[in-house]
Amino acid sequence: MMDYEKLMSRNVLELQPSGIRKFFDILDTMKDAVSLGIGEPDFTTPWHIREAGIYSLEQGHTKYTSNAGLVRLRTAVSEYLKRRFDIEYGAPDIFITVGGSEAIDLTVRALVDPGDEVIIPVPSFVCYGPLVTMAHGVPVYVETKEENEFRLTADELRAAITPRTKLLVLPYPNNPTGAILRREDLQAIAQVLRGTDIMVLSDEIYAELTYGQRHVSPCNIPELRERTMLVNGFSKAYAMTGWRLGYVCGPSAIMRQMLKIHQYGIMSAPTTSQYAAIEALRNGDGDIEAMRDSYNKRRRLLLKGLRDLGLPCFEPKGAFYMFPRIGGFGLTSDQFCTRFLQEERVAIIPGTAFGPGGEGFARVCYASSVENIETALARLGDFLGRLQSDRS
Amino acid sequence: MNEILKLLEEDSRYTAEQIAAMTGKDERYVRETVKRCEEEHIINGYTALVDWDRTSEENVTAFIEVKITPQRDDGYDRIARRIYQYDEVESLYLMSGSFDFSVIVTASSLREVSRFVAEKLAPIEGVISTATHFIMKRYKDKHRAFIVEPEQEERTLFI
Repeated sequence: MMDYEKLMSRNVLELQPSGIRKFFDILDTMKDAVSLGIGEPDFTTPWHIREAGIYSLEQGHTKYTSNAGLVRLRTAVSEYLKRRFDIEYGAPDIFITVGGSEAIDLTVRALVDPGDEVIIPVPSFVCYGPLVTMAHGVPVYVETKEENEFRLTADELRAAITPRTKLLVLPYPNNPTGAILRREDLQAIAQVLRGTDIMVLSDEIYAELTYGQRHVSPCNIPELRERTMLVNGFSKAYAMTGWRLGYVCGPSAIMRQMLKIHQYGIMSAPTTSQYAAIEALRNGDGDIEAMRDSYNKRRRLLLKGLRDLGLPCFEPKGAFYMFPRIGGFGLTSDQFCTRFLQEERVAIIPGTAFGPGGEGFARVCYASSVENIETALARLGDFLGRLQSDRS
Repeated sequence: MNEILKLLEEDSRYTAEQIAAMTGKDERYVRETVKRCEEEHIINGYTALVDWDRTSEENVTAFIEVKITPQRDDGYDRIARRIYQYDEVESLYLMSGSFDFSVIVTASSLREVSRFVAEKLAPIEGVISTATHFIMKRYKDKHRAFIVEPEQEERTLFI
């Protein structure tokens, strides 16, 4: 008998499995359960985009593209970034990846040497820490605070920097808190980074989903531009999660090196998806607006519902998540969410799944139908009522 | 106002409270706006989208092209009024192109539609000709697909 545990990479064995798998395992066994757990658009990809993918298959575009992706797509990304965010990258400084996730992985692997530290504001998307660990780097978590609307402050950043700091992740608009960074927040961050060699990985996958103000990228701040690797993709803006398509932009010298990892590990992003993405970028602005408008309505509905139930909730300005405070009932986030699922058949995710600093909170995704949101709120009301009477 | 109307068109069961929350407006404002829209016939009713093919109810829907001679003074309106007053008429539109009115009629049988066309519609003064098309299957109505797509398989993933 081989002892597989012994022969596997230490690094992999030490990775923590996702803490919320159990929620979905329970959910699968339930009838009439409502999930506000999975973080993805509830829309199907707009038909004209799907049709462009189908058409590319009819035309026989079934081979690899060049490693960096179709030139027409990279040109379209370049035009899109200029049009929507006033960010200028030429097609040579953009390449197409398998989702934003690959772009994050590549950026970390291209920059991090063993022992290098990567600053990760938390709560945030779960992938950064494990990917840094896999690159033999050291994740340094910085807990953002509700009173700062979960923005990374200059002081918090300054306190986390050491001589080994290589990279700062800016996961905004943020999953799970819905926080965004304003221009002045980025300017303050720029001040702290001035004179250092610290690079920035800006994960802007939710850039199109901001409410009340346009997204500001570190690339819009002149002092940050030279040190920024911009990651974005099609999943959230165009409801294209299953197409697995993203991109990364950055300084030519880094992009050239980074492309090698992509060449050896991936070859090229899916061809069908690339053709569909060209259509999305050329003719999809209206879809973005319509979907954002729809999320915004549900955002307001859920926010009011949570507050009416007496749950304190910071008003999220981006993405499609809400991060209400659910401490104060004598339960940990995990206990709260587990009991809520078991007793009321509604899935939400404990804040602790998104790194340190998430205790006392839960992530509620509002990319779900109004009916689901209302059902979840009604059940939450019952649940909270029971918790309160248990305690009194 | 238009934002409220769009929401009601999406789902007329939304309550004033829900609409107020979704639009960030005051609930009273929503109630008053809806009431005013009803009074001014901007909102002309609330109804359900029924797929009768899934019931035991037998009925047929026909789409009838009608050519007419417009009347002096009243143009198309007087003839239109004579057509849309029939209960069988579900919708009536004035069209550009090779015919004038598009009449959508629902009845319990083919024969009933034929009788409606022959005995009521065609004899109206000013109607020159009609062409009747029967609807065989309704795929989508009011932005709602009537076909139920198969559900995706269960997914366990963390995002």
